[in-house]
Amino acid sequence: MAKHHIEAKVNGDAVEFLCETEDTLLDVLRDTLSLTGSKEGCSSGDCGACSVMLDGRLVCSCLVLGCEVGGRSVETIEGMAKGETLHPLQQRFLEGAALQCGICTPGFLVASRALLEKTTNPTEHEVRYWLAGNLCRCTGYDKIVTAVMDTAAAMRKG
Amino acid sequence: MAETNGHPQANGQHYVGTRTIRPDGVDKVTGRARFGADFNLPGQLIGRVLRSPHPHARIVSIDTSKAEALPGVKAVITRDDFADQPSEFIPAGEMMMNYKDVVRNVMAREKALYEGHAVAAVAATSTAIARRALKLIDVKYEVLPHVIDVVEAMRPDAPLLHDDLFTAGVEPKPEKPSNIAKRVEIKQGDVEAGFKKADIIIEREFKTAPVHQGYIEPHAAVATVSEDGSTELWTTTQGHFIVRAHCARLLGLDIGKVRVTATEIGGGFGGKTVVYLEPLALALSRKANRPVKMVMSREEVFKASGPTSGATVRVKLGARKDGKFVAGFAELKYQAGAFQGSPVQPGTMCAYAPYDIEHVHVIGYDVVSNRPKVAAYRAPGAPISEYAVESVVDEIAKKLEIDPIDLRMQNAAREGTKAAYGPKFGPIGLEETLNAIKKTEHWNAPLRKWQGRGVASGFWFNIGGETCASLTVNEDGTVSLMAGTPDIGGLRASLAAVAADELGVPYDKVRPIIGDTGSLGFNFLTGGSRSAFSGSLAIVEAAKQIKADLCARACKLWEARPDQVEFSEGHVRPLGALAEKVKPMSVADFAKVAGKTGGPIGGVGRINAQGAGPSFGTHLVDLEVDPETGRTTILRYTVAQDAGRALHPAYVEGQFQGGAVQGIGWALNEEYIYGEDGKLQNAGFLDYRMPVASDVPMIDAILVEVGNPKHPYGVRGVGETPIVPPLGAIANAMEAATGVRFTELPMSPPKVLKALKDKGLSKA
Repeated sequence: MAKHHIEAKVNGDAVEFLCETEDTLLDVLRDTLSLTGSKEGCSSGDCGACSVMLDGRLVCSCLVLGCEVGGRSVETIEGMAKGETLHPLQQRFLEGAALQCGICTPGFLVASRALLEKTTNPTEHEVRYWLAGNLCRCTGYDKIVTAVMDTAAAMRKG
Repeated sequence: MAETNGHPQANGQHYVGTRTIRPDGVDKVTGRARFGADFNLPGQLIGRVLRSPHPHARIVSIDTSKAEALPGVKAVITRDDFADQPSEFIPAGEMMMNYKDVVRNVMAREKALYEGHAVAAVAATSTAIARRALKLIDVKYEVLPHVIDVVEAMRPDAPLLHDDLFTAGVEPKPEKPSNIAKRVEIKQGDVEAGFKKADIIIEREFKTAPVHQGYIEPHAAVATVSEDGSTELWTTTQGHFIVRAHCARLLGLDIGKVRVTATEIGGGFGGKTVVYLEPLALALSRKANRPVKMVMSREEVFKASGPTSGATVRVKLGARKDGKFVAGFAELKYQAGAFQGSPVQPGTMCAYAPYDIEHVHVIGYDVVSNRPKVAAYRAPGAPISEYAVESVVDEIAKKLEIDPIDLRMQNAAREGTKAAYGPKFGPIGLEETLNAIKKTEHWNAPLRKWQGRGVASGFWFNIGGETCASLTVNEDGTVSLMAGTPDIGGLRASLAAVAADELGVPYDKVRPIIGDTGSLGFNFLTGGSRSAFSGSLAIVEAAKQIKADLCARACKLWEARPDQVEFSEGHVRPLGALAEKVKPMSVADFAKVAGKTGGPIGGVGRINAQGAGPSFGTHLVDLEVDPETGRTTILRYTVAQDAGRALHPAYVEGQFQGGAVQGIGWALNEEYIYGEDGKLQNAGFLDYRMPVASDVPMIDAILVEVGNPKHPYGVRGVGETPIVPPLGAIANAMEAATGVRFTELPMSPPKVLKALKDKGLSKA
């Protein structure tokens, strides 16, 4: 069968690509568009390393098909910094040593930003449950949760 | 000429011991960092592995002709593509391995020995074609009876995995082969005599389940072999020099022709110290004359890469009424998986290491069964045996009505204690960690019904080993740092701080990278909590060479004698009367005139690092058990561990916190679950339940610093010890919360609920 021709927006840029029916959005991002910041840890939606925003909603890109994103907007880790300026979450993750190996970091950042777009005053409990779909095996989550709380506090101060 | 270590910068600033921003950090928060699966080569093929569906089967025949005929398939490999290897044991991380087994583990030969064992591999122009090709490979199996459990595998009538495996370490040599690969033991004093002096003896049997390291990044490799045998490999590994050695051996290549680059690594915890995909990708590439990329699925990671041993452990500990331990015995039976090499040896050595006991006897058995071959996992072997001992220590404290911290303090190993496994300890920090825990507010905080508090200590050796690292002073005075041990958790930040302090240059002027195998001399792998310890020693050595060289250059420039100059605070300084004639020169000043004063400036530390100081820790945990469901919630957690000296305190805390949470998973939920058919039933993150953010609280980390006298900064390894105490601490807290002494891990909700019901404590 012929491949699907898809037009979509990725990190604000218009893109078009061809994909097989079974190709996931993660396959398309990584293999076709060379956006390898989204990671494949499980391909079953359990680890969150492939988290992206699809029309403003947090999704695991391994659970979305490439041909589902026609006409829609995808935001990945590669679109998080603006020019030379890191997003406050990215900056705080660096300062707070909220990453060790770094493989889960893009997913945590995308998911954390989605949370802070909903609320800038999350409790620790809310942060922990919001991020429960993202696995980290290195940090024990302490410094990740702290970094998200600290960023939220800084954002509240403006 | 004089030189000093770790003196402050010219402005008095130290970087060592501060929370610098990691040099590799920006790439990791922006998605730029390239991990194993992020590498691609022009013209690459995709490689996939055909795996055995049977836990134990003789491979009668493999017919690859249909797969080879499929358009788009460029190479198919089987056992026939690897020469057999003689039996020879070599060090692999903290464990030993045998090439005869390695070649059989990467590709099954006579038999498939576990579900998921590689049987064939293909390289094709697309993943879809590779998958289709796997289905066209016809493997004829003669299915054999299998054995999963370690105790069953030890029975004389158990299905035999290897007919040439005779138990080592027993006299006389057994006449019949068995699944018991070896018996090891350590002995100090006379335990029988010791137990006679005991007022109280507790003996218990414990069982632990195999658990996986659970790194989030699956194994991945890209290989290319040229027609002339020049080979390049990009792989996610804890030791690219070790990968090079294994691959050169398995493929019959010259080591010098194989260049291996360690990509960024997405977690390893010991599990990426061995080879799985690498030799297959190389063999496929050699056959296809094209680059080949291979990536494991999560299911493959669970089924075909190493978990650590499950085990059965019997512990017998005797104490006097006043609490003094007089004798300790233990018998450890560790699963090795399909090939020998469980971490039972370190397990025996660690069991009683935290304590000063006159009479100790520990026996260990290394037992094969139809499971994936175990790989190292953070302090391999230690959490299992120390969990059992720490549980019994807790029971003795309860029976004797002695505070569990005081009891540990009374028996603690300290400087001068002769460990049962051999050496006499130098300065160590176990008592300091016990004191630190006792001083916390946590220790005296109130608890409610169904809540419990537990404490446990832990020990790990730490290692040094072969290490090579370089420093190059560039033309503008910036410094390039190259290390050869993959950076998993902040190594580059730690080494850059050491280099900056040694040379007196700003931290952000040092750019650290991990060099490939063609760029540095041999490096043993990142493991044994060695990379910051050994790497910093090598950097200090490299800096020493640079400082000596700059002093010599200054002598020439200033027409001075060696005793008229010294290196301090980033400058070669003239001494005495000379100071009135010439001005000090900084490293950057020398960089500008390098060409005129002797050429490029640099140093290479090539060392076999000795003197790794052992690390002790004590953990404190509060938890609550839900009598309705058997679910356990960790309420509060504090880690105190001796770091010697924390080069980068934030990343040392990170090791403590991460290790504690891995231990929480091991204690409460994680396990390999097999069906009667010998197949793994939970090969995915949904059913293999690792802790998520909502499962755990903040992990308070207390850095205890008892300097290691064998290191110029006092550094000890820190990475592994944190996973040792959690199992015991949590089991002890469970007992405090419920009155039930759990002797089987994981203490998962169904098991806890059943235990509570059996005791009439739950109506659910």
